[in-house]
Amino acid sequence: MIFEQILDYTYTIGAILVMLMIFFSMIRALVGPTAPDRVVAINIITTYTLIIITLIARIYEQVYFLDIAMVYALMGFITTIGVAKYLQKGALD
Amino acid sequence: MLNTGLYIISILSFIVGIFFLAVATIGLLRLPDVYNRLHATTKCDTLGAGLVLLSLALQSELAVAIRLALLIIFIVITNPTAAHVIARAAYSTGITPIIGRSEPDDRSAD
Repeated sequence: MIFEQILDYTYTIGAILVMLMIFFSMIRALVGPTAPDRVVAINIITTYTLIIITLIARIYEQVYFLDIAMVYALMGFITTIGVAKYLQKGALD
Repeated sequence: MLNTGLYIISILSFIVGIFFLAVATIGLLRLPDVYNRLHATTKCDTLGAGLVLLSLALQSELAVAIRLALLIIFIVITNPTAAHVIARAAYSTGITPIIGRSEPDDRSAD
């Protein structure tokens, strides 16, 4: 069917675009003048990586990649919370 | 088989989601302050990821769609929470927000 081919091309191009966005966000993570700038950039890179994992799960038609995406979202959230707590208090207690 | 309207809605949702993700990246690169960057990235990122995952969920079977819906709910809950925690940490470490139309170098005069 023609729509499925269009969707396959659309998802591949979209995954490449999101990968370019990861590179541009990594500029902010490297340059960023303060520490919370880097935390913001790494938080958004986590979301982009989650989107790429789900797009790859659609392209290769592997369903269990979605579980990996869910675990990755959990780990990114816990990382962000931990680094923010460390910036605020100076210790992780 | 899926009908044609569902495919068209899926493609449109995907394109709009990629547009919002690009807006989030441009905001992250161009805006002058931590709080402005949080303001740009959190909302655009949540909406863009939700639209992309909705586009994937519209044309998949039920078990996959439930997992994608769980991912959408998880992103919608955790992304503003992370932004709130980052903003509170940035404010408590002494980064003052830009108020008015001043340049970033003029903040020490406040």
